[in-house]
Amino acid sequence: MKTRTLLGTTAALMISTTAAMAEGETVGFAQIGSESGWRAAETALTKQQAEERGIDLRFSDAQQKQENQIAAIRSFIAQGIDAILLAPVVATGWDSVLEEAQEAEIPVVLLDRQVDSSDELYLTAVGSNLVHEGEVAGEWLVNAVGDQECRIVELQGTTGSTPAIDRKTGFENVIAGHDNMEIVRSQTGDFTRAQGKEVMESFLQAENGGKDICALYAHNDDMAVGAIQAIREAGLAPGKDILIVSIDGVPDIFKAMADGEANATVELTPNMAGPAFDALEAYWADGTAPEKFIQTESRLFTQDDDPMGEYETRKGLGY
Amino acid sequence: MLLKRIAPQLIALAALVLLVTLVYPGFLDISFNDGRLVGPVVDVLKRGAPVALLAVGMTLVIATRGIDLSVGTTMAICGAVAAWAIASGWGLAPALLLALAAGGIAGLWNGLLVAVVGIQPFVATLILMTMGRGIAQLITEGRILTFNHPGFAFFGSGTILGLPVPAWLWLLTGAGVALLMRRSALGMLIEATGINRRASALAGVNATVLLIAVYVASGLCAALAGIVVTADIRGADANNSGLWLELDAILAVVIGGNSLLGGRFSILAALLGALIIQTIDTGILLAGFPSEYNLVIKAALVLVILVLQSPRIAAEWRIWRKSQRASREALAERSRT
Repeated sequence: MKTRTLLGTTAALMISTTAAMAEGETVGFAQIGSESGWRAAETALTKQQAEERGIDLRFSDAQQKQENQIAAIRSFIAQGIDAILLAPVVATGWDSVLEEAQEAEIPVVLLDRQVDSSDELYLTAVGSNLVHEGEVAGEWLVNAVGDQECRIVELQGTTGSTPAIDRKTGFENVIAGHDNMEIVRSQTGDFTRAQGKEVMESFLQAENGGKDICALYAHNDDMAVGAIQAIREAGLAPGKDILIVSIDGVPDIFKAMADGEANATVELTPNMAGPAFDALEAYWADGTAPEKFIQTESRLFTQDDDPMGEYETRKGLGY
Repeated sequence: MLLKRIAPQLIALAALVLLVTLVYPGFLDISFNDGRLVGPVVDVLKRGAPVALLAVGMTLVIATRGIDLSVGTTMAICGAVAAWAIASGWGLAPALLLALAAGGIAGLWNGLLVAVVGIQPFVATLILMTMGRGIAQLITEGRILTFNHPGFAFFGSGTILGLPVPAWLWLLTGAGVALLMRRSALGMLIEATGINRRASALAGVNATVLLIAVYVASGLCAALAGIVVTADIRGADANNSGLWLELDAILAVVIGGNSLLGGRFSILAALLGALIIQTIDTGILLAGFPSEYNLVIKAALVLVILVLQSPRIAAEWRIWRKSQRASREALAERSRT
């Protein structure tokens, strides 16, 4: 009992109120933490979205701990707020606290990640489809090369991780129907710049100094940024001699696109809160229940989409 | 004498090169393109730089019966410091000096904990290993801190006389430290401290200062490695720079035939160990196996190399050969009579 009170107090202390408009609804956001640049951008955009809509957002940073998130949700329930956004740190163990929210008639929207609980316990989940991201990247390359022969090299994410598996599957699904395109080399670059560069160097060595490579598909932008340096140092022109498509949409890849050294990226949007607030507003207005999964748009950006402007808007978001 | 000491490592490296050439025939091809040597072997020399640099410092630490688990993290800190200094416009020389100073301070911290406070090296350096990545993240504010400075990038991707700068760095560092150890009594004093610290202290060796010095040397080597990695990708990646490289460095020292119990050491053999590890890594990438096999192949090859180097296996082999010869001679004796 004592520990619970203690947890409740800490959670309450951690909750900070962002700039609020008095007449708006109140929404609590139980965020995981700030383990990556993407996560920081998600937090920044959620606050921005709430402010634009006049929603009073109460923010809680769980510092990667589920018990902090549960304590935060309980304190949101105790405050009697209008909705809860939850980016669950793990998939399991949410049943009881979600039931408590349901009893208090507070709708819960999951952001970015899923939970193992019954889907009756939450209003909806907002997230991206990783397979679809791979497909969008593949479709761009199919259109870019047309009927030409294309030998593709692939930089995979961390071996066995869900994004690596799904992004590979999606890309292969699209390529499968085109006999002129073939993935000739595929290796893990562990989602990092340094590994991306090292592995790309070996690809270049193995493929006739890079002259036999037509395109690079990287499972994230950071590996692509490393690979671009390797291609440049091998005396080839990245983005021209070798086409480069990757996924995520971090600021540095937009800079590379502005320099003509990368060709396309598929954005994993950190704006999960926008669709979540849309669904909540419809629900508050007339009780419309949204679909149980709202897929965010996996938008394709190319060199024609003002990459310098995109870089400028993104670099302040904490990536 | 020297050749006999490094013979197992040379044989292992030669066998490995042969093996890689079998799966990737172009492995030994070297060409000369606009002022730089290009080829898989040059890549091995360049990519092996971080582990080779770490192995130089690690050999000294291990010779004192210590271990330095913090070198990978120290790399991240020094890289972050250098990138921060470059990005805030301090210029090249201050950035390099600051990074080296950070490595020296990290080493001093470890050395004080081990030599003065008396904490076991494994635990003492584990503290910085755990904490240091956080320090690096504080410096980079959790992002990949990028910069555009051709002078600094030169340390990662420049060439001198056709050879990549990182390769020069580890070759010169290794040769310099090895000469310093063997041309002076330093090497012997370190070995004495490693074999029996109290006895060498009684014999007049200032073991405390010596211990602190080897950890500082290890920190400086880590700083060089951090500079190479950061300059290579033109950015400080605090989360991933040098991640798990302390283990590769220890492995390099061990493949080099140095005992983890301290005492006699060979920097040259440890550098060959680093080359063996990098040849495996590069070979796997060139061979084009699916990435699920990377770690399994690496582990299997390391196991084979270590088993072949094991003194017990070597002794068994000698006994077996001797008994074979004896029975052959006995047979010949009998047929003669």
